[in-house]
Amino acid sequence: MYVVVAGGGKVGFYLAKTLINEGHEVLVIERDRRKSDSINEELGSVVLRGDACEASVLSEAGTNRADVIVAVTGDDEDNLVICQMAKKKFNVPRTIARINNPKNEQIFRLLGIDATVSSTDLIMQQIEQELPAQALVHLRILRDADLELVEAEVSPRSAVAGKKIHEISLPAETLVLVIIHDGQTSVATRDTPLQAGDQLIALTRAEKEGELRALLLA
Amino acid sequence: MLVLILGCGRVGARLANVLDGEGHDVRVIDGNVDSFQRLASDFKGTTIVGQGIDDDVLRKAGIEKADVFAAVTNDDNTNIMASQMAKVLHNVPKVITRIYDPIREETYQTLGLETVCPTALGAHLIEEMLDRYDSGNGAAKPTPAADRLPRDPR
Repeated sequence: MYVVVAGGGKVGFYLAKTLINEGHEVLVIERDRRKSDSINEELGSVVLRGDACEASVLSEAGTNRADVIVAVTGDDEDNLVICQMAKKKFNVPRTIARINNPKNEQIFRLLGIDATVSSTDLIMQQIEQELPAQALVHLRILRDADLELVEAEVSPRSAVAGKKIHEISLPAETLVLVIIHDGQTSVATRDTPLQAGDQLIALTRAEKEGELRALLLA
Repeated sequence: MLVLILGCGRVGARLANVLDGEGHDVRVIDGNVDSFQRLASDFKGTTIVGQGIDDDVLRKAGIEKADVFAAVTNDDNTNIMASQMAKVLHNVPKVITRIYDPIREETYQTLGLETVCPTALGAHLIEEMLDRYDSGNGAAKPTPAADRLPRDPR
């Protein structure tokens, strides 16, 4: 694959290094001379010095034959423009943008960016795992569909403890997908019981999250 | 009209002062509080300190009810992102974006943004001035500037 990495900071550098090790063709676009020189030294001639938001630079980078472009500069607005230019002017099939503000996921998706990565969201998920079991852990938030993939532990005081899934009144548009019981993971069926201490992974509507939490944890 | 202006530089401040003078409800957003010193002393509008690409800031400035959104910071990408947020997330009826880079301006015009490109406009005006200067000197009438311009990206 030919991957263009826009942004030669730490993220861009390690991404390029990983891609090269996996045998892909990589070009890093970086404005700053020091950074671009240092990447060239460490990874070989894989850097084009320039502003990835400029069509002329993207053109010089051969973006029209790229399979993927990844925008990992430190600024969301730059990453947006890089991906939009790549998609609209150079028809890159897959555009990926790093976003710092997790709320930007929606606008990026609406504007046609294929994927966004928010380190804030990823770290929040890790932090949530450390919260006391009074919380639903957000595994993945699908903002523009208003859906969430959540993980929770069934509390012994919960009204559903001991009941089978089909016996429980789950909130509307909620699906229990996976049960982890005694270390064993299985796909949930209507007859799977939810027992105290079990962990489950469910899909739910953002606005139903409170109801689900109350059901499982109260 | 409710007008939101992003960027209180020379253009933003002038726009704000003029529209405020015409009686519109003007809200100006800028990341730097010192920028608001460019506003007239009798400015009746509102100033908001914050980043225009932060939806919370835009909402605080009243974007959901805005009639007009003008993105005139000195950074093309900020203007481009904020304008698209105004259009796509908030359906602001009139959105105007300043983009200095002519190629980026062309791309985003194609994508449906209403844009102003000072670079292209300035160059064109100067060419016209030179064209008139040429004719004024009694030199053989040159090809009109419009025909001499390289193929215009528009």
